[in-house]
Amino acid sequence: MYKNTSIFENIRKGIIYLFLGIWALAVLFPFYWMLLTSFKSYSAYNSEYIPKLFTASPTFENYISAFTSVPLADYFLNTLIFTVLTTAIMLAVIIPAAYAFSRLEFRGKNLVFTLFLALMMIPNELVVITNFVTVTELGLRNTFTGLVLPSVSSVFYIYLLKETFEQIPDELYYAAKVDGTSDFKYLRRVMLPICRPTVITVTVLKVIECWNSYVWPRLITDNEAYFLVSNGIQEIRENGFGRENIPAMMAAVVVISVPLILLFLIFRKKIMQGVARGGLKG
Amino acid sequence: MEKNQFKAWLYLLPALIFLGVFMVYPLIDVFIYSFEEGYNFTSQTYFGTGTYNYSYILHDPYFLQAVKNTLILVLITVPVSTLLSLLISVALSSVKALRGFFQTVYFLPYVTNTLAVGMVFMILFKKTPYTDGLINLILGFFGQSPIDFIDGPYWAKMLVLCVYTVWVVMPFKILVLTSALASVKEEYYSAARVDGTPRLRIFTKITLPMISPMIFYLVITGFIGAFKAYSDAVAIFGTDLNAAEMNTIVGYIYDMLYGDSGGYPSYASAAAIVLFVIVLTITVINLLIRKKHVFNG
Repeated sequence: MYKNTSIFENIRKGIIYLFLGIWALAVLFPFYWMLLTSFKSYSAYNSEYIPKLFTASPTFENYISAFTSVPLADYFLNTLIFTVLTTAIMLAVIIPAAYAFSRLEFRGKNLVFTLFLALMMIPNELVVITNFVTVTELGLRNTFTGLVLPSVSSVFYIYLLKETFEQIPDELYYAAKVDGTSDFKYLRRVMLPICRPTVITVTVLKVIECWNSYVWPRLITDNEAYFLVSNGIQEIRENGFGRENIPAMMAAVVVISVPLILLFLIFRKKIMQGVARGGLKG
Repeated sequence: MEKNQFKAWLYLLPALIFLGVFMVYPLIDVFIYSFEEGYNFTSQTYFGTGTYNYSYILHDPYFLQAVKNTLILVLITVPVSTLLSLLISVALSSVKALRGFFQTVYFLPYVTNTLAVGMVFMILFKKTPYTDGLINLILGFFGQSPIDFIDGPYWAKMLVLCVYTVWVVMPFKILVLTSALASVKEEYYSAARVDGTPRLRIFTKITLPMISPMIFYLVITGFIGAFKAYSDAVAIFGTDLNAAEMNTIVGYIYDMLYGDSGGYPSYASAAAIVLFVIVLTITVINLLIRKKHVFNG
């Protein structure tokens, strides 16, 4: 009787692992395919009526043409500038706001905070139209200013930071006050170091968001010199190597994907915790 | 005290300015736009006010096509992804070895560039003069003749879009459900096991009710997310979604605003408000159901 149960148990385990393995394969296969294709030569790729699952003679020519025949390096640099600027300005905007909500007392605090929370429900699609008109009227199309400004405030991240700031015991604040420490100094010297994990989480999530942003950059830039990677890859697809040069296209896709995957592997725990706490995509 | 008041507002000021200019003002403005008829983008003038913009988009075949596509996408991908992620999360929670590895792998699509990886899906499904594509070859084993998934029949294209959308939304759902499952107290299970309760019964009587708030949360966010689908479709079919018959409501909004078919912020605003009303309705309906049926423990 006991033996039967254990055989049954093993079969059950086997089925579960098979199922988990299949989904892992479904997730990983596209990544494998893009890597594989990026190392196939153009002629080899097009001569394979039945695509091969491996390549005997890997080549780097696609990576070279990704950087030479299309301005991938420029797209990359633009995205880097955009990401760093947006994230840095956002932190400078949301940290003081979160501090004010968590630590300072002022009239109308609850009302303002409730209004902030209400803004979280507003879909981006609703405000993007006017923002497009505003930025166009200000003559900020095809500038980094126009790209960055609308995305430097985030109600959700203010909320996340405020919650974390509030967990710091009041005693620390009063002790600092007795010592004559100013609020700004207290924020910089005490609060931020203690709350570093959350600040890092917010930063990393914002970086991912910036790296993947597509809609706003597409609306606001039509000059290729200001394209970010998402628009760049779309441009490459439609006008770049010629529609048939799929290996070169895949090399570009790999180059665009690698920074984020590295970031994910480094900050895996923080990213997953952050997303689970209030996850948002787009 | 007065000094502190001033300081607090000073700390809030940057956030207030940015939110005011780029969220609150646009929110009001979009309603105004949607009622301004014959708005001219370059001269900033309009003929009059009324509901013509709404009536225009509701009679625009492209908009109706976009609504149809979006509805199909929502009705297929939300149930499929929710059920699949539930199965995967339950399976994941029942094993110990390799769990961390699987969790990491499953989360990977979340951190990838949707536009870039969508192109891989396009290639896997695409039929070209050189090759039928990998998916067609696999289908060939089952006796299916090659289908042109990217430029072919409507349902073939819709299938690719649904497959890709599910692939993209799974990481978030698996993550939320595995953390929900991990938070169910072990005592409930121990008690049930002592009573000799069968597994399936434990699942339907204990696990499911305990995580039902999270499932509902996922259904709501899933509905909202799917109604806002856009870049997944661009990734697979390119920017001219109208030509591909694969446009979505959000895609329609942006097409009206910008590009070859653009320059009509009033139509875009009307479409955006239709979308907003749909999303709001779903949220409210879900909240009402939730109040009635979900166990809040």
